[in-house]
Amino acid sequence: MAGVKSSRSHDMGMHTEQLSGRAMQLFFNAEEEGGFTYADAFEVDFNKRAEIDAEGVSVHDINLRIRKLMQEGYGTIVLKNPGARHSLCAGILNRLNLIIEGSLGYFGCGLIDGPNVRISGRVGWSFAENMMAGVCVIEKNAGSTFGAALRGGDLVCKGSVGSRTGIDMKGGTILIGGDTGAFSGFMMQRGRMVVCGNAGKNLGDSMYDGTIYVGGEIQSLGVDAVPEEMSDLDREWLKRKLSMYELLPKDGSVDHFTKIVAGRQLWNYDNLEPTEKKLIL
Amino acid sequence: MCGIAGIIHRNRTSDIGTEMTSMLRSLKHRGPDSTGFAIYGKPAAEDDVHVLRFKVAEQEDLDKGSHIYELIAKRRAEVEESMNKFGIKMEKIEEPTPYAVRCYIRGGKDLEKLARRIEEIEGVEILSLGRALELVKDLGDADVVSEQYDLGGFQGTHGIGHTRMATESDVDIRSAHPYWAFPYHDISVVHNGQITNYWIMRRELERKKHRFLSNCDSELLAVYTAHNLENGVSLEDSMRRSIEEIDGVFTYLIATKDQLGMAKDTMAAKPMVLYENDDFVALASEEIAIRSVVPHEIDTTDPYDEEVRVWQA
Repeated sequence: MAGVKSSRSHDMGMHTEQLSGRAMQLFFNAEEEGGFTYADAFEVDFNKRAEIDAEGVSVHDINLRIRKLMQEGYGTIVLKNPGARHSLCAGILNRLNLIIEGSLGYFGCGLIDGPNVRISGRVGWSFAENMMAGVCVIEKNAGSTFGAALRGGDLVCKGSVGSRTGIDMKGGTILIGGDTGAFSGFMMQRGRMVVCGNAGKNLGDSMYDGTIYVGGEIQSLGVDAVPEEMSDLDREWLKRKLSMYELLPKDGSVDHFTKIVAGRQLWNYDNLEPTEKKLIL
Repeated sequence: MCGIAGIIHRNRTSDIGTEMTSMLRSLKHRGPDSTGFAIYGKPAAEDDVHVLRFKVAEQEDLDKGSHIYELIAKRRAEVEESMNKFGIKMEKIEEPTPYAVRCYIRGGKDLEKLARRIEEIEGVEILSLGRALELVKDLGDADVVSEQYDLGGFQGTHGIGHTRMATESDVDIRSAHPYWAFPYHDISVVHNGQITNYWIMRRELERKKHRFLSNCDSELLAVYTAHNLENGVSLEDSMRRSIEEIDGVFTYLIATKDQLGMAKDTMAAKPMVLYENDDFVALASEEIAIRSVVPHEIDTTDPYDEEVRVWQA
């Protein structure tokens, strides 16, 4: 895909930068499903359901039990009484319906690739950090650095989130039903963030690319983050995505959203490798 | 990293000692070096009765041979002599450790002078002096310190606490949190973060005749607040002002005899989770600390950058 000036992802408005070098894009194809799972992923049956009561069980053992249940073919796991503990449900690289009845602490669902996670409570700092694919839906609030370095998938918080949401995100979609704190989208590189409520100061500071949509007020824009007019494609995408997670306003309108993109005044890159630069200089 | 926590009950008292111990136990992983409690009990009916907690040595001094016990006795005698000179009577004296003393003091007109005199005695440090505040801090985790100082069952309206990971200063009691605003009664602070204009602010306050007992940047917040309160600024306004005037990354809790306040700096880089209901407010660096006193599903929020909140007991 190197050197493509206009690709399918450009046409879909997912990003605008020209990919080059080792950048690679892959699009899901149902017929090639096998190519999108890990070689050692477990075969699971979504109709096979198990429950884990986390009360009194160590975080390490809970994570191991989830893995063991997947190994045994359980495709739906319900985790009860997580008690806001840290690092739960991290590193799941499998298709899985994971239902969490309660709240998670810090670093919940980090480094995941593929599961469909539903959380009835709230989550602490750095939820779904480095998430590669799948869906996570949180019914209540979330802490800071929500979806840091997100690579793919849909990350949804129906309440409000803390500061630095989607810091360094490189793909995927973050949807927030309420407000987000300061420095959200800081150094964003790709992907989309939708904030239905208000955004704190320095939104999109030093963003390289990607798009942020804000339904409420923006306290201030960060360096090199600029507003851009919404296109029909943006509106269509927003309506579709918000309705998927029951976040679309009752009147069905998304006209009140403001679109923020990179101003690209901070960009100072070229396509030359350091060795090539030496040759020229 | 450090962990901070606080709880305040609305119009009632509770077993603050046990609650704060639970919360700080849950935050042990954020700082194992020392643990501190600032808990606020019901003031005595008489206006001239205060609670005094002081130490006459560091915990580590006890390993330095039997000579330290002679020094401890000498320092204790000097404290009592000072009290007598100021016409102050010590009552209900307790010694939770060989180097820490808790007592009630009755009488005396100038407690500030007394405090300064006691602090002049080598090796002696006042941990707290107030109508409601009792400040306990020592090396070890929450359970160790709480048990050592018999905090379980302590009835009070509110408290703040700290588990410390030493980064800026030594691992000793002097550098442990909470700090009180010497010699202003009943003001204590716990802090997670780093104040980068500490020395500028400290010198400014020292020029205004304030005294610092440690080199820990967190003490600045206590002295800064005490200075503002002394000059008629409300606690909430003082905390708002601190966000403008103090540089660095910080989230701090501050308590007075009947209030608990929270402030978060402009970068919101240090965590804080907040839970409120009709009966009490609990805050902590991590939700698990709140869960230790509210063991069921709750709705919590993360205060935003530059947010200041103050609650009344």
